[in-house]
Amino acid sequence: MTAAHPVLQAERLGKLYRLGYIGSGSLAQDLSRWWARLRGRPDPLAKIVEGRAGRQAAGHLWALRDVSFSVDRGEILGIVGQNGAGKSTLLKILTKITRPTSGLFRVRGRVASLLEVGTGFHPELSGRENVFLNGAILGMTRAEVARKFDEIVAFAEVGPFIDTPVKRYSSGMYVRLAFAVAAHLEPDILLVDEVLAVGDAAFQRKCLGKMGDAAGQGRTVLFVSHNMAAMERLCPRALLIDEGRLVMDGPCAEVIAAHLRTLRDEPGPELAYAVNLALLDERAHPDMRIRSLELATPDGAPLRALATGQGLELRIGYEARRQFVSPAFAVHLNDHLGRRLVQLNTSPISGQPVERLGARGTMRLRIDALPLTAGTYTLDVGFVREQSEWVVKLERAVTLRVTPRDVYGSGMALDQSRGAIVVGHRWEHEPGGPTP
Amino acid sequence: MDKGARAWTETVRADSGWFDLRLRELWAYRDLVLLFVRRDFVSLYKQTILGPLWLVLQPVLTTLAFTVVFGNFAGLSTDGLPHMAFYLCGLVAWRYFADCLTRTADTFVSSAGLFGKVYFPRLAVPVSRVVSGLFTLGIQFALFLAVCAWFMASGAPIRPRPEALLAPLLVLLMAVQGLGLGIIVSSMTTKYRDLRFLISFGVQLLMYLTPVIYPVSLVPAQYRELAMLNPVAPVIEALRYGFLGQGAFSPAHLGLSAAVSLALLLLGLVLFNRVEKTFMDTV
Repeated sequence: MTAAHPVLQAERLGKLYRLGYIGSGSLAQDLSRWWARLRGRPDPLAKIVEGRAGRQAAGHLWALRDVSFSVDRGEILGIVGQNGAGKSTLLKILTKITRPTSGLFRVRGRVASLLEVGTGFHPELSGRENVFLNGAILGMTRAEVARKFDEIVAFAEVGPFIDTPVKRYSSGMYVRLAFAVAAHLEPDILLVDEVLAVGDAAFQRKCLGKMGDAAGQGRTVLFVSHNMAAMERLCPRALLIDEGRLVMDGPCAEVIAAHLRTLRDEPGPELAYAVNLALLDERAHPDMRIRSLELATPDGAPLRALATGQGLELRIGYEARRQFVSPAFAVHLNDHLGRRLVQLNTSPISGQPVERLGARGTMRLRIDALPLTAGTYTLDVGFVREQSEWVVKLERAVTLRVTPRDVYGSGMALDQSRGAIVVGHRWEHEPGGPTP
Repeated sequence: MDKGARAWTETVRADSGWFDLRLRELWAYRDLVLLFVRRDFVSLYKQTILGPLWLVLQPVLTTLAFTVVFGNFAGLSTDGLPHMAFYLCGLVAWRYFADCLTRTADTFVSSAGLFGKVYFPRLAVPVSRVVSGLFTLGIQFALFLAVCAWFMASGAPIRPRPEALLAPLLVLLMAVQGLGLGIIVSSMTTKYRDLRFLISFGVQLLMYLTPVIYPVSLVPAQYRELAMLNPVAPVIEALRYGFLGQGAFSPAHLGLSAAVSLALLLLGLVLFNRVEKTFMDTV
């Protein structure tokens, strides 16, 4: 009975977004839109959404189209695709946050996602009350929470403070308690979107650990990530979603290889880099928005080409509505497999803290020399508060194309297949034994 | 035990009917409704100096203001009842209706953060707000009864009638009206944010169209029928008739009001369910 027993089955799922209407705010805006249409002008408020011609038709965008798959009990299924391919839309549909426009899906048992950690926590309520409230929001009954209560408190290690309002908790205690509730939900199907995961690295590790456990207990896991190494380690099977369609369903290694092929040509052949502009709006925080990302040469000219060993300047334009505790900007550099090569963070890593945010401002990150071999690299850009908590996280916001240069003077064009990093070096040869 | 033999627990389709209201699901989440009620209550008064005392102060101060302005300066009739008791009765009842309406009207906008992260029956939010309003109503109603008792003891012409026993039904009726209208507005505010401004002063205007600070008997006879078509009007008049002995108690108007209220609620539920499914795409 263990063979081929689906717990989740999606049939021709589709999601259509109407572009002109996204964020339609007020009657006044609708009137101005109507007035523009009357005069035959284009919609003045239409949002430009990243998308390729095929998905858009007359102001509509199929974020997801005709996606069918099924997942068996105990399976860990990876989902890969570029930013904006439709992965997050798929998860939103499976968690019932939004309805599909077409198709249907069926589940056996309870579905949960680790997105929900701490959802609905109220600072004025005590830890105990929040555990019950959060549990109920996640779909547990009062009796169920009561049964697991002691276990949750023990797991969170907040014992003596359980009747204190959570506003007095340290952020670590807060996250532990929130995670403890989610961890005791025991869903039959767990959805993990690492792309959207917030919290510090330790917390993210905990999430991944929880995922492994869940699968061990016969639960089913759907895992979305840009980290191909983790994906390959954890998932035997994966789906590749591109431009809203399911283009491949098969063994993980093959799917990743296909995914990397689609990534290769992200910046046009004549460009040094590409910025995923849609991501800036999509991942904006109500009080903090990264409005622009630009790359320049070290002398401030627009970046036209980036060769091995060349330096660059990254300009992060932001808009902040308020101050944050210990604000920091973070930039991660990843290779083509999504493995992190460099992690820069104004503080504590770089030790150059940002004192105060302006209402608007620009952070400039100058890198003297980028010792990368030829190939495609990506930059994650984000804003962090209290040392470790992501406020804005733009994964793979920038794709860099590094062109080869004969740095070693050997006449060889080095690309990623020969290692990602170049180092200044010299060989010395001493025939015979070591000199005394 | 073969877990594998279980049937599908749920099927989510693109298109479900207009009348697929999933009220059973809301019932399954009743614990959540109660916890929301508790959260509302705690968060409302924890950061204030006077705490729940505000619940008593608000109607007392408003009643005093009304007594001075409408009772004394303007000299509006109160059907021969003591001013304080008359205004307090109307105000306490009206406030419950207005609270239900305004606090459910911004459901989607105020809960966007929560709704964007996790699914639970969205109706739990407005329903919990209507229920938490009952606390306020209970405390203020006790105040009203105390004021009545005091007036009766000092010989004022207040004569409670058996119709007072209908009070729970009348309160339920106001809850249905407030909830129905509120979720209609909240469903529309997802598209038109400016409706929020309309609602705050619309409620104010509606109060003057409802016999709160004047008895319906003050309305010229040819318009009285029209005034009683307002679904809140017969409820407030019936409450006054029951507890104070003066007012227009009209079962026909109450029946009509109940029918209108249920229609509003049904319309609200249908709209709310439509919006709920795709709401996250519009904010």
